[in-house]
Amino acid sequence: MTNSLPAATAETGANAPIVVVDGVTKRFPGVVANDDVSLSIYPGEVQALLGENGAGKSTLIAMLSGMLQPDAGAIRVRDQATAISSPRRALELGIGTVYQHPTLVPTLTVLENLMLGAPWHQRMNRAATRRRLGEISEMLGISLPEDATLGDLSLGQQQQVEIVKALWRGEQVLILDEATAMLTPKGVEDLGQVMGRLRDAGIAILFITHKLNEAVRFGDRVTVLKLGRKVGELTPDQLAALGEDQAITRIVDLMFGTASPEGAGGDADRNNSRLIDGPVVLSADELVAAAGPGEPAVSGVAFQVRAGEVFGIAGVDGNGQKQLAEALAGQRRIVGGSLSLKSEPISGLSVVQRQRAGLRYVTDDRLGEGTVGTFQVGLNLLLKRIGDEPFWRNGTIRKREVERHARTLIDRHDVRTPGPQTPIGRLSGGNIQKALLARELDNAPIAVIYNKPTYGLDANNIQFARRAIREQADQGVATVLISTDLDEILELSDRIGVMLQGRMVGIVDNDRDAQRRVGELMIGVGAAA
Amino acid sequence: MTADAGTNDPTPTAAGLSGQGTGMPEWLVRIVLALVPILLALIVGAVILLLLGRDPISFYVNIVRRGLISWIGLQETITRCAPLILLGASLIVAFRAGLWNLGIDGQFLLAAVITAALSASMIQSVPAWIVLPVGMVAGFLVGAVWSLIPALLKAYQGVNEIVTTLMMSFLGVSLANVLIKIPFNDPNTTVPQTLTLATDDRLPRLFGTTINIGVVIAVVVILVVHWVMTRTAFGLRLQTVGANPKAALHAGLSVPLLTVVTFGLSAGLAGLAGSVEILGVWGNVRADWNPGYGLAIIPLVFLARFNGIAVIGFTFFFAMLSIGGETASRRADLPNYFVLVLVALILIFMALTEWLSHRRALARRA
Repeated sequence: MTNSLPAATAETGANAPIVVVDGVTKRFPGVVANDDVSLSIYPGEVQALLGENGAGKSTLIAMLSGMLQPDAGAIRVRDQATAISSPRRALELGIGTVYQHPTLVPTLTVLENLMLGAPWHQRMNRAATRRRLGEISEMLGISLPEDATLGDLSLGQQQQVEIVKALWRGEQVLILDEATAMLTPKGVEDLGQVMGRLRDAGIAILFITHKLNEAVRFGDRVTVLKLGRKVGELTPDQLAALGEDQAITRIVDLMFGTASPEGAGGDADRNNSRLIDGPVVLSADELVAAAGPGEPAVSGVAFQVRAGEVFGIAGVDGNGQKQLAEALAGQRRIVGGSLSLKSEPISGLSVVQRQRAGLRYVTDDRLGEGTVGTFQVGLNLLLKRIGDEPFWRNGTIRKREVERHARTLIDRHDVRTPGPQTPIGRLSGGNIQKALLARELDNAPIAVIYNKPTYGLDANNIQFARRAIREQADQGVATVLISTDLDEILELSDRIGVMLQGRMVGIVDNDRDAQRRVGELMIGVGAAA
Repeated sequence: MTADAGTNDPTPTAAGLSGQGTGMPEWLVRIVLALVPILLALIVGAVILLLLGRDPISFYVNIVRRGLISWIGLQETITRCAPLILLGASLIVAFRAGLWNLGIDGQFLLAAVITAALSASMIQSVPAWIVLPVGMVAGFLVGAVWSLIPALLKAYQGVNEIVTTLMMSFLGVSLANVLIKIPFNDPNTTVPQTLTLATDDRLPRLFGTTINIGVVIAVVVILVVHWVMTRTAFGLRLQTVGANPKAALHAGLSVPLLTVVTFGLSAGLAGLAGSVEILGVWGNVRADWNPGYGLAIIPLVFLARFNGIAVIGFTFFFAMLSIGGETASRRADLPNYFVLVLVALILIFMALTEWLSHRRALARRA
């Protein structure tokens, strides 16, 4: 494969990009996964693509590796506009991908796994495969036990086999999707060295991660995605000029807020912390939640929320926020500590009992668990009250009551739907979220837990949801607002707790200094308050 | 099979209450979608008959004449409907709750054997009006118990119920055989079989026909099942579990408990089907008897889109086809199995129609 002549581009750096993603947009029902994303991948450079879960990294990779097609925008490879119509096409274009989930056969040997890609009509050629494996291993600076069963290898070595496979046909672009997720620290170290050698060999590497320090350590260039949009990029020159610590600070800014370009000084007069002296409604003390394998273990979480107060919970995604929310709502067993609602202990109550007591949970997984897509809007609005009077009498549905209830809530919350009988899965994400809010805020809530309430919504619906949250709080609802969007937390909260690795590492008042302190706590720098 | 087992979700179309259509009313679309595969199957079946040198018209006419028009045949067809409808009811419960109970053949046969043995020995000391309901309850319980292992494994360990119910079905058929040959064997017959319930003691017949009230029981049961699944809070809970188990958990439903209850009901109804067949038609179970209705009824339930009323219609059609087909095949000098070719064609076209309407739905959404 030959590089075409570098066309004159306005890009910084001497060499021309090998892959250019130009204004790519990809929509899924209810969510804009990639919104006008542009980036360039250069040979001989490791580009770290940084973003939280749901930032749109996986979608972007899927389009680069031919699994998905963009709805708008284009991808150019070596200056040719190309439709990457299939994974096979991606390989033909020289783009090899190592996916987050293993794609090898654990019961076959290393060599056999590498021979799997050959056309079915060809005889398997062990000698040639061995030779090619030797070549690539040398380039990577590794040695693999060729005849060992793959499943017996360490995860790091298995991943090396994946990398070998992705480079098998001389691919010039290597995409590594969350490659460090399952590695030991030593494995991460080895991977870093492998990437370095590949870079020196002129390979273009796109290194996807949600871990900030890895991005800075391994990336020559760092691109940040947030909620489907590219929010910033640090070029090699900038990275070199900033130094590691300052680079991290810059990236934290990009990832978690400071939407205002003038920086934190611009809203120095902001002080959202209101004096709330209502009674304590929701109180958690030394809370420990059950955790499955691979889940962050929530432990030692303590906080109190007063009536009318908005308590924000900030943190990098995946630090136990969802688990905490589920424990509060009753979906996850509480194995230690105490939780009380209006001074009544509720840690032993079921989801339904807590719901009846006035504790509500607006889930972040709108379609996955919040609603049943095939059910009509009206039933989804009653999903947590199935069998209750007056909508059911003696266990039998009364359609007229269900429909009247639906119409009331649809009007009150401005849910745009053809009618109460439309399957809720057909609505847009914003309207599904309105329906969810309508359901949870109906029928006298006392305390409401919102988990990422505006994730994936457009600007209008974000404003709508935030207003609804604020209005509820003003009416005396004790509010827990979990969000990875620091702007949102800062806009709405009175006090802010920060989750890190399953613990609440600090609680700060939302004053002018809050952003800096919360940001530090989020990445584990600040001391516990 | 129509839906692929990989996704393990047999409820692609189960909606809440009434669906809202565009253009053609939804019910009409559904009827057309259900009838098209049958029509196409009959046409292709006719081509095959022509290729074999048979007269398709007379073949079909014979099916209808024997299975529908002749009085004896019609009675047989209606009688055959009883177990099929009950098995359909059994599957509706499971499928609407998103569970694949593929063990209904085992549940059916085991319940049949135990009902036969129990009723034939009870009848010596207890009047028939007590024996018959007791036999049916016993059959229901036997079926339910036989689903307990898959149910618990699914509910608490997440073990795939397709595998476990099929395995239990295999075990159930084998156990039924053992029961017939050893403890329940009637010593007075040469062929191994259970004791026989005398014709007069079986389910009463309707107005001097050969049709027993089993079919009435079956129709009532499936209508009740249909009503429970579509109109009650309990049915909605089951459907929620079936359509989105995570949402069910989120809404505070006890998914494991509902899973076990679903299995119990579904398998119980399969057992009831076995009881009704024995108490109404056969009076005993021979060791070589295993009608294998279960695998025949699964596609019909899909064809009916889990709608109880539609299942009655399709079941009647299938019963007519199998009763009439026996005669028609014999007259055309074809093996009895030719009817199965027609059934297979229906399934193929059903899958095709399903795929096409799925494609159409996707295209409309885009």
